[in-house]
Amino acid sequence: MKEYFKNIYETISTVLVGMGVTWKHLFEKKVTIQYPDERLTLPERERNRLYVDMEDCIGCRQCENACPVDCIEIETVKALPGEDAGKTKAGQKKVFFVTKFNIDFSKCCFCSFCVFPCPTNCIKMTDEFEYSEYSRNNLIYNFSVFTPEEAEEKKRKFAEFEKEKAAQKAAAVAAQKPAETNTNTSNNNQ
Amino acid sequence: MNNLVQEIIVNLLLAAAPLFLWILPYALLAVYLERKISGFMQDRLGPMRVGKWGLLQSLADIVKLLQKEDIMADAVDKKLFNLAPLLVFIGSYAAFATIPFSSIYIGSNIDLGVFFVTAISALVVAGLLLGAWASNNKYSLYGGMRTAAQIVSYEIPTAIVILSVVIIAGTFNLKEMSEQQTANIFNWYIFGGPELGLKKFILIPFMLVGTVIYFISSLAEVNRTPFDIPEAESEIIGGYHTEYSGMKFAFFFLAEYANMFAVSAIITILFFGGYQSPFGYLGNLLNIKWLVGVEQIFWFLFKGLLFVFVQMWLRWTLPRLRIDQLMVTCWKYLIPISLVNLIIIAFISLL
Amino acid sequence: MSLKTEELVLNMGPQHPSTHGVLRLELLVDGEIVKNVIPHLGYLHRCFEKHTEALQYFQIVPYTDRLDYLASMGNNFGYVLTIEKLLKIEVPERVEYIRVITAELQRIASHLVAIGTFGIDVGAFTPFLFCFRDREIILNLFEEITGARFLYNFMAVGGLNYDLSNGWVDKVKDFIKYFRPKLKELNDLLSFNKIFIERTASVGILPADMAINYGVSGPMLRASGVKYDIRKNDPYSIYNRFDFDIPVGQGLQGTVGDTWDRYWVRVLEIEESLKIVEQAIEQIPEGDVKAAIPKKIKPPVGTAYGRVENPRGELGFFVVSDGGNNPFRVKVRPPSFCNLSVINEICKNNLVSDVVAILGSTDIVLGEVDR
Repeated sequence: MKEYFKNIYETISTVLVGMGVTWKHLFEKKVTIQYPDERLTLPERERNRLYVDMEDCIGCRQCENACPVDCIEIETVKALPGEDAGKTKAGQKKVFFVTKFNIDFSKCCFCSFCVFPCPTNCIKMTDEFEYSEYSRNNLIYNFSVFTPEEAEEKKRKFAEFEKEKAAQKAAAVAAQKPAETNTNTSNNNQ
Repeated sequence: MNNLVQEIIVNLLLAAAPLFLWILPYALLAVYLERKISGFMQDRLGPMRVGKWGLLQSLADIVKLLQKEDIMADAVDKKLFNLAPLLVFIGSYAAFATIPFSSIYIGSNIDLGVFFVTAISALVVAGLLLGAWASNNKYSLYGGMRTAAQIVSYEIPTAIVILSVVIIAGTFNLKEMSEQQTANIFNWYIFGGPELGLKKFILIPFMLVGTVIYFISSLAEVNRTPFDIPEAESEIIGGYHTEYSGMKFAFFFLAEYANMFAVSAIITILFFGGYQSPFGYLGNLLNIKWLVGVEQIFWFLFKGLLFVFVQMWLRWTLPRLRIDQLMVTCWKYLIPISLVNLIIIAFISLL
Repeated sequence: MSLKTEELVLNMGPQHPSTHGVLRLELLVDGEIVKNVIPHLGYLHRCFEKHTEALQYFQIVPYTDRLDYLASMGNNFGYVLTIEKLLKIEVPERVEYIRVITAELQRIASHLVAIGTFGIDVGAFTPFLFCFRDREIILNLFEEITGARFLYNFMAVGGLNYDLSNGWVDKVKDFIKYFRPKLKELNDLLSFNKIFIERTASVGILPADMAINYGVSGPMLRASGVKYDIRKNDPYSIYNRFDFDIPVGQGLQGTVGDTWDRYWVRVLEIEESLKIVEQAIEQIPEGDVKAAIPKKIKPPVGTAYGRVENPRGELGFFVVSDGGNNPFRVKVRPPSFCNLSVINEICKNNLVSDVVAILGSTDIVLGEVDR
């Protein structure tokens, strides 16, 4: 019987205590942030969409290697002897044309492992987080400054150069070989 | 014959239309308030984007529900499935018929008003059970079983408390009850009714107990937290309305909110003076007759909405009970206490 | 006349509001009474263990974030600890302190979610939002130092990927000051509410011997009265420097090891974590957090097992190295998985509503159960 009345008392008192808490909160300051109108200032280290400053990119591919989900795709073409691949802002001379620098943000896991090894700090995390798209293909961002045609042109030129070089090399080898054979034959002749 | 038809139409317009005009805006308002109150209690703002402070939110919701495709699973019993929401709504709507909103407006001033309300609101159970069974869904079935067990059990303490008030009032007529509690806040039944004397003071604690018991069991009857086990989201998803969508779901929703106001109205009438003002009327002071009636409507709605607010307040404070605890609360606590209460009140009224 | 009753199979999940993710429970019910519970897993399987075999050691850290996504710091901690064991490297003092602080803050955040969602499971909505409001502050703190709110990738083998930012320590102090009264409010609202106690006390009792036999760990084991916490029993990092208690279930409202105890142990653990954070913040030394990070991680052939006390229990990583750049095998001992295995035993012969409450009190994260 004592238990019976104790239960009633406890129920009513704890319910009233709880109601007191919620009543108090009715008039407390609200924590909601009216998002599109009101925005939080994001911290400096915010890790959202990546940005690549192509002026600084030297095509070292370290970010590509560090990425755990393989969302960065880089293609580089070596500058030909006569060509100038430009300089970074710090004045470092570039060796590669970066003909392709695609980041697929549908794959990106925002771990920022690509940011750490970058020698020129050209790949950065920005605070841009609103970039939804209707098509997944639109999430593949192309950072390369070269148009596909220009890239093709560069590749073709490089291939030509390579071919030429190979031909030259072959010619050199060929030129050397006959000489060798000549000497051999001459030796034989002797 | 023609006269009869005319009479029916006139009565419909006079009695039923104002009710409907109240229930719909009330439901919209209540949904909005529920969301706002819950938000404020949880340090949120609640709906803010549709209209100023989100005032048009529930209107937008209704428009959305109206537009929605009427989804019906293959295995449901189509006739009963369609009938259930209507039955539920009819049950809760009909309960309003005998509720006096003011001295100048009452749907039907019948002598057995309280009886009618308790009887007709039981129709809701039939509707819920029907919907639950027709849905052909295990979760719905659970919800239906729970709701039937719950509402049927909780009718008992409700009826007993009502009886104890009826003993004091000496009438079943809701309007007469309201009329008796006139003039003064201390004439309300929670303060022992209009009769002065020792009897009145002895009555007060017992009437208070009666009020609390009625309020608790009314919570259970309208399936509100902490007794919302028939539609416990975290256990049986939606309970009896799991399979319903669009307008049919809206009917269940509307019925729930209408019911909330109906039970609040009954509490108001039984214990808190019905449509009577706690202090005098401005209309009497200025000698404008019609103003009194309007003021009474204001007071009635105010008191009713106050109890609706308390229901919401409880909902956002308490966890929910378990089915067996629900039954324990009813059969071991509410019914014995209300019975004892009834006997004591009956003895006091003999004094 | 006797009526024949039939048992019913009730599918709870994978889309169910209170299975905390995509868990499917197959309940065999007789009316409202549950006769048998069969959990079906694998809806969130992401091949973590197989994935790791194709990744370099440092690249696995962001993947560990996604195991128990409510306690990413703890996962990071466990993994880097294991690899450090494998490499036999020492980490600087400052790194240890920051790791402990973040792991303990993460424990608070994780327990807040556990408490809040448990509240929702038994039907109380408001505590849930209160918990999330306070957790938000912790997430903001983490965002400031790591740049991410959820999947931090904060710890690296041999150090940290980021140092603390200016003024962060003061913010943590402010948080502790703010948070203590809120905890009391939560107790008023939920912990000692009679209805809540009725719902949870003496429900789903897990006896100590059964808990040990099933390999249950963390708050669930401690609620059963076993005083076992890796932070004390096998201290890793610098936990032996701090003064804190291990709360155990005492059956205050019912029986030892019931659902209320499991809830209450978490509330008490929040207090203890606050204590640890307070102490650690006072002692934090200066130093370079990136100094000891090896340029290339190529551990010698061998194995290592590292374990940490995650909010959900003992999180273990077993790493086998064949001397290459990638691990040969990484095995995870997920606490949620082991805790879930006991669900059938403690749910049997309870009501359907209790199953929800018990599942809520086990506090599983499906990302970790399925990996």
